Amino acid sequence: MAKPLVFVEHHEGEPAKGSLGVLAKAASLGGDVAAAVVGPGARAVGEGLGAHGAGTVHAAEGPALESPLPQPRVDVLARLVADGGYDTVLFAASVLAADVAAGLAARLEAGLNWDLVDLELRDGDTLVGRRPALGDTVLVDVGWKETPRIALFRSGAFEPGAGDGAAAEVLDAPEEVEEFSTATAMLEQAHEESSGPSIEDADVIVAGGRGLGEAAKFALLEELAKALGGAVAATRAVVDAGWYPYAAQVGQTGKSVSPKLYVACGISGAIQHKVGMQSSGTVVAINKDANAPIFEYADLAVVGDLHEIVPKLTELVRERRG
Amino acid sequence: MLAPVKIVVCVKEVPDAAAPKRLDPSTHRLDRSVEGALNEFDTHALEEALRVKDGAPDTEVVVVSMGPARAAESLRKALAMGADRLLLVSDDAAAGSDLVATTAVLAAAIERESPDLVLFGQQAGDSDGAVLWAAVADRLRLPMISQAASLELGGGTAKAKRQTEYGYDVLQSPLPAVVAVSDAINDPRYPSLKGIMGAKKKPQDVVTLADLGVDPGAAGEAGSKTEVLAVSDPPARGDTVRIEDEGGSAAEAILSFLQERKLV
Repeated sequence: MAKPLVFVEHHEGEPAKGSLGVLAKAASLGGDVAAAVVGPGARAVGEGLGAHGAGTVHAAEGPALESPLPQPRVDVLARLVADGGYDTVLFAASVLAADVAAGLAARLEAGLNWDLVDLELRDGDTLVGRRPALGDTVLVDVGWKETPRIALFRSGAFEPGAGDGAAAEVLDAPEEVEEFSTATAMLEQAHEESSGPSIEDADVIVAGGRGLGEAAKFALLEELAKALGGAVAATRAVVDAGWYPYAAQVGQTGKSVSPKLYVACGISGAIQHKVGMQSSGTVVAINKDANAPIFEYADLAVVGDLHEIVPKLTELVRERRG
Repeated sequence: MLAPVKIVVCVKEVPDAAAPKRLDPSTHRLDRSVEGALNEFDTHALEEALRVKDGAPDTEVVVVSMGPARAAESLRKALAMGADRLLLVSDDAAAGSDLVATTAVLAAAIERESPDLVLFGQQAGDSDGAVLWAAVADRLRLPMISQAASLELGGGTAKAKRQTEYGYDVLQSPLPAVVAVSDAINDPRYPSLKGIMGAKKKPQDVVTLADLGVDPGAAGEAGSKTEVLAVSDPPARGDTVRIEDEGGSAAEAILSFLQERKLV
C-alpha cells in the first residue's frame, strides 16, 4: 500500500481545485492520505482538507515561506518525506507545483513522472501513471523503479470529491529552509485583475494566438465574436506579449472554459492551451500550418490564412443572422 | 559585477518539427533517427544571452547540451546565432536518461563552467518537459526563477516578470542563478551568413561522462528512477473534418458546418 503525500496549493485562503482533485484521486486508491500545505494561512486551509480526503495535514507557515516560491517548499517537503516515511508525493500541475516537484526529485534523487492524466494501483503496491505523449497521439504507461515516487498531474486530470469527509488532524510541519532556497525574492506578487465580461460563462469563444501576427488583429476576432454572440479569448503567448489582457487567457495558467463552440484562430495548440479548452463542445481551428497540433483536437480543421477567412466568416454570420 | 560575465545556455536537440514523431516500439524511447533541430524554445534563452553579449562583448556565452554526438550538427545553429562555444556531453551510457539522470549530467557540465547565469528555454519541443531547470537549480544549490517573460540583469542580480495562474509576479535573484525564460520574452535572431560561416570554427567540445567525473551508474537508464511500461493508442475521438482554404472560400464551409451543428 502506498503512503502518499499530496501537495495542496492555495491562494488567498482557498485550496486550488486541481490539488483537491489529486487529493480525491489519492483517497480513491485507499489507505491513509496526507496533505502538505505551505505558506501563510496553511493551517486554516489544512483544516478544510479532511473533507476532501486527507487524514493528516502538515501545515508550515514560517516567514521564509511567505511568498509562493518553489525552493523553500522543496525544503519543507523533503523533510516531511524523510521524517514521515512518505513513499509517494503527488502534485497538481501549476507554475509553482512543477518547480517544487522537479526540485524535490533532484533533492531526493527520486523519479518524477509529469503530465499524468491518471494513476492506478496494481498488485497492491505498484503505482502506474498514464501520460499522453507526442501531442497526445499516444498514451504511455509509466512507472517508478523505486520510492519515493513523484507525480505531477496535468491540469484538470481529476475532479475534487464531494468534500463530505471527516476532519483531518493538522500538524505543524518543519519550517527550516536552506540558504540558497530563500535567495530569490518576490518583489511584486500577482493579484487577480478582473475586467470585462468573463469568458468562463460564454457559449461561444473566439480565441487568438500568435498567428494573428499583431495585437491590432484581435479586432478581427472581436467582430466575429460579436456576430456569433460570444467572447474573445487569447493564448498565454500573446497575453505575455501584451496583445490581450490576462483576464481573457485560456490555458494552464489562465482560465478553463467549456463553451459550446470554440473557434481557435492562429493558435498552434500547445498542451498548456489544450488543458484550458478541451471540454469545449465543438472546436473549429484555423491555422496556416497544416501540422499545427491544434488540428489533432479540432472537429473542423481549416488550413488557411485567418486574416482572409475570419472577416468573410463574420460577414456570412451577420448575413445569416440578418 | 554589473552584468554576468559568463552565461551558460542549456539546449537540446529535438526531432525536426516537420519529421513524423514516433516511439521506438522496442525501447519506448523517442525515435531520434530522423533529422534533428535545435529546440525552438531554447533559442529564446540563447537570444536573451546574446543580447547581454551585444551590450557587453566580453560576455562569454556557452551552449551546454546532452545528446548523441551527431547533435553537434544541429546545435551548431546556436553558434551561428552568436554563442561562443558548445559543450556537448555525449556518451552511450547517458542515453535514455530521465529527469534525475539528466539533471546529474547537466549539473556536472554546468559546474565545470561555473557560470554567472544559467538559462533554459520554457520546455522541450519533443517531450513537453518543463521541469528540468528546477531540478538542476536544486542540484547546483542555486536560486532559480522560471517562466520569465522579461529579464533584467545588473547589479549582480537577475530580475524577471513572470506569469502564474494568478497574474504577474516580479522576482529577483542574486547571481549566480538559474533562469528559465518563456517564449514570449523575445524574438530570436536568425543566424547571419557570416555567423553560419564562422560557426564551424568555434570550439565544440564533445565530452564523456568520465570527462565530467559522472558515475555512469547515475546516468542513462541505470541512473533513471522512472520507466516506460507500455505504449498504447489513445481512445478514438470524433473524426476531424479537414479543409484547405483558398482565398477565404473556407468561410462558407465553416458556416455550413456550424449550421449543421446548430451553432449559428
